[in-house]
Amino acid sequence: MEIEKIDQIIDKHQSDASALIQVLLEIQSENHWLPKEVLEHVSDRLQVPITRTMHIASFYKAFSLVPKGRNEVHICMGTACHVRGAKRILETVEDFTGIKPGETDVDMKFSLETVNCLGCCALGPVVEINGKTHGKLTVSETSEVLKSYE
Amino acid sequence: MSDIQLEIDGKQVKATEGETVLTAAEKAGIKIPKLCHNEKLIPFGGCRLCIVEVASRGSSKLVVSCVYPVGENIVVKTRSEKINRIRKTILELLLAHAPASLSLQDLAHEYGADKNRFEKEASFCVHCGLCVRYCAEVKQLNAVGFIDRGVNKEICFIPHIAEKECSSCMECFPLCPTSYLQAAFVLVKGLAFTTE
Repeated sequence: MEIEKIDQIIDKHQSDASALIQVLLEIQSENHWLPKEVLEHVSDRLQVPITRTMHIASFYKAFSLVPKGRNEVHICMGTACHVRGAKRILETVEDFTGIKPGETDVDMKFSLETVNCLGCCALGPVVEINGKTHGKLTVSETSEVLKSYE
Repeated sequence: MSDIQLEIDGKQVKATEGETVLTAAEKAGIKIPKLCHNEKLIPFGGCRLCIVEVASRGSSKLVVSCVYPVGENIVVKTRSEKINRIRKTILELLLAHAPASLSLQDLAHEYGADKNRFEKEASFCVHCGLCVRYCAEVKQLNAVGFIDRGVNKEICFIPHIAEKECSSCMECFPLCPTSYLQAAFVLVKGLAFTTE
């Protein structure tokens, strides 16, 4: 991610230290992860110690300290989805992408994450890809859905 | 700053507004056990060992005395069967993480805590935050900080700052109740320092 882009985001918040989380969130959504250099640059510009930036970046699940793929797959493993076969959906996605939860494939195409509830239990089993919800999935539908992502 | 009158363990104590129950008790010579408190640092309320019972206007509640401000006419009890039981359990939980800590062992002896009650989960750090807060508040170097959260939370040195500052300071080392800080420093020195 270019330094100018980060500076733009920081300038938008008037280099205000209390906007740290907002700045990190915007960088995360642009870049999909927070590299070390970016965290150091943000700390410098906002005059926040790097320990604090690291504490926050490692605390919230919304931030990633490792590179993420172009498509972020979240599989719901909550109770309702679990009884409706979320485990088999997860296995299908693992087979299709070749990665386990928390990992990213070599082509940077998919990142896989399990979540505990997406809040739409009536649609279970639910998979969310790039913010779009796919509900009432079957094993065969899951592969179809994944194929439509580049 | 007006004076506030309160009662601690049956003793009438005067305190100033904004003071905490813990400092008021200590000024009156009443000992309350604590792990994460240091008078140079902003109260943290991390270890919960300084828990006391506060009664005011007919009802009593359990509060953590290092972060609880004094109030007019409150009645504080620093020892009771209930408080002793809570402190014992806290100590047993902390001992599951740091069984060899001397300051914990002393308190465990006093409260009859059994260090084998809970399954050992040796993370060694008890998250008192003394090192992190001392480095940030007193030295303003920020060489050590917390990372991650929940059961995975741990202290972490920032190598490039630690390399420059820590060897000549080391003031946080004696504060650590478990010696985990020293271990973490040796680890970061071995792994991430660029020169000897």
